[in-house]
Amino acid sequence: MLKKTALNLLHREASARMVDFGGWDMPIHYGSQIEEHHAVRRDVGMFDVSHMVVLDLKGDGARAFLRFALANDVEKLKTPGRALYSCLLRDDGHVLDDLIVYFIDESFFRIVVNAGTADKDAAWFKQLRAQHAPALTIHRRHDLGILAVQGPNARERVWQVLPETRAATAELKPFSAASVTCADTAFFIARTGYTGEDGFEIIAPHEAIVALWQKLSAVGVRPCGLGARDTLRLEAGMNLYGQDMDETVSPLESGLTWTVDFKDTARDFVGKAALLAQPPTRQLVGLLLLDSGGVLRAHQTVHTDHGDGEITSGTFSPTLSRAIALARVPSAVQEGDTVVVAVRDKQLKARVVKPPFAKQGKILIAV
Amino acid sequence: MSHIPSDLKYTASHEWIRREADGTLTVGISDHAQEALGDLVFVELPEVGRTLAAGEACTVVESVKAASDVYAPVAGVVTAQNEAVKNSPELISQNAYDAWLFRLQPADAKAFDALLDAAAYAKEIG
Repeated sequence: MLKKTALNLLHREASARMVDFGGWDMPIHYGSQIEEHHAVRRDVGMFDVSHMVVLDLKGDGARAFLRFALANDVEKLKTPGRALYSCLLRDDGHVLDDLIVYFIDESFFRIVVNAGTADKDAAWFKQLRAQHAPALTIHRRHDLGILAVQGPNARERVWQVLPETRAATAELKPFSAASVTCADTAFFIARTGYTGEDGFEIIAPHEAIVALWQKLSAVGVRPCGLGARDTLRLEAGMNLYGQDMDETVSPLESGLTWTVDFKDTARDFVGKAALLAQPPTRQLVGLLLLDSGGVLRAHQTVHTDHGDGEITSGTFSPTLSRAIALARVPSAVQEGDTVVVAVRDKQLKARVVKPPFAKQGKILIAV
Repeated sequence: MSHIPSDLKYTASHEWIRREADGTLTVGISDHAQEALGDLVFVELPEVGRTLAAGEACTVVESVKAASDVYAPVAGVVTAQNEAVKNSPELISQNAYDAWLFRLQPADAKAFDALLDAAAYAKEIG
């Protein structure tokens, strides 16, 4: 039996094509994935991401605990509401999940993790807590849903339907959040996303998420499925857990070196020793298909002058009208190199580029 | 509910087939197939003159999501390919029965009669 979000019936009423996404019955698109993609790059779209999981970490010493548990350093979070992207690593330095952590106050950090990994993440946090901070509480918020409203006009549309939230969120910087109560409902509004566009991710009780979806729909915000979410994040050069990185690779081989913070040499964190002991031999790069003849896809082999690699995510980019991919290749491969990808029975040329490919409505690589 | 014109024949692998006045067969993919694939972005067609066995994979259609093969409904020789869908694969998403893929001179004219009719195909996709 597939799990359903509170918006399931509304997806079906909007003629969504539903798919099994890690045990959840989720919309892949509502007619045209490409049109949904363009709506987000050019105007606004909304995504039900209520399958993702909110973990609230509370108690004295929450910050010290997270400085140890996460590869990025929450010491960077100085102002309440600030957010940080981080990997959650195993002792061997491989990636258990990627997440966003929000600093609410010294005894309250909110963590949002992926749906398919939530159970193992929660178990891992609880195991670490038992060893290092038994007084902390970890509360999985089954009562909350998440709606991502993304695109250049996203914030305006949210303010149009929730005018009471405008004052508290108008000055929010990217990667910041505010808590706002409207008519007795608590909204947690973050200026974050997974599309490379401006917008909000809004966490609220399920019934408030349903009401918000209906209001946004009434003012013309287009429902977008997981298909458009995937092409948007790939254009924006953002990794997808389970595809671009997982428990077999380190963040240093996944384009995520910028998220592993070694600066404070006095800080120990899970996986640190293993990462320092094993310098990376591979890297995650972007590919732009030069030849016509197909679409780049995950698991296609990439032949380079320095050995073979593999595509981890590939698609047709609606913004570039070209095939693009993320690929894990030997470290010696350089930006600008031409590589050869095995696409079905053909060997097609692709150029190594530095992601992002496109974001904030603009193409960011030479095509 | 997808559209299944009653004047065409079909295969269980979701091709549609129309017999032309000159006896050649025009082949495309069904509305049901294009709907399942999602937005199409790439099409590779068989070369004119290629001899195909019945059931041979001869065309590739790729959507944003995935690549799929299209199969020769009967044995024959390719006589034409639709350049328009090569350049604009989205034509298939817009109208799967206008946007044909290739034409075939069948090896055996009677093979056409054994293909599924609209009612049988409707049952097939349930």
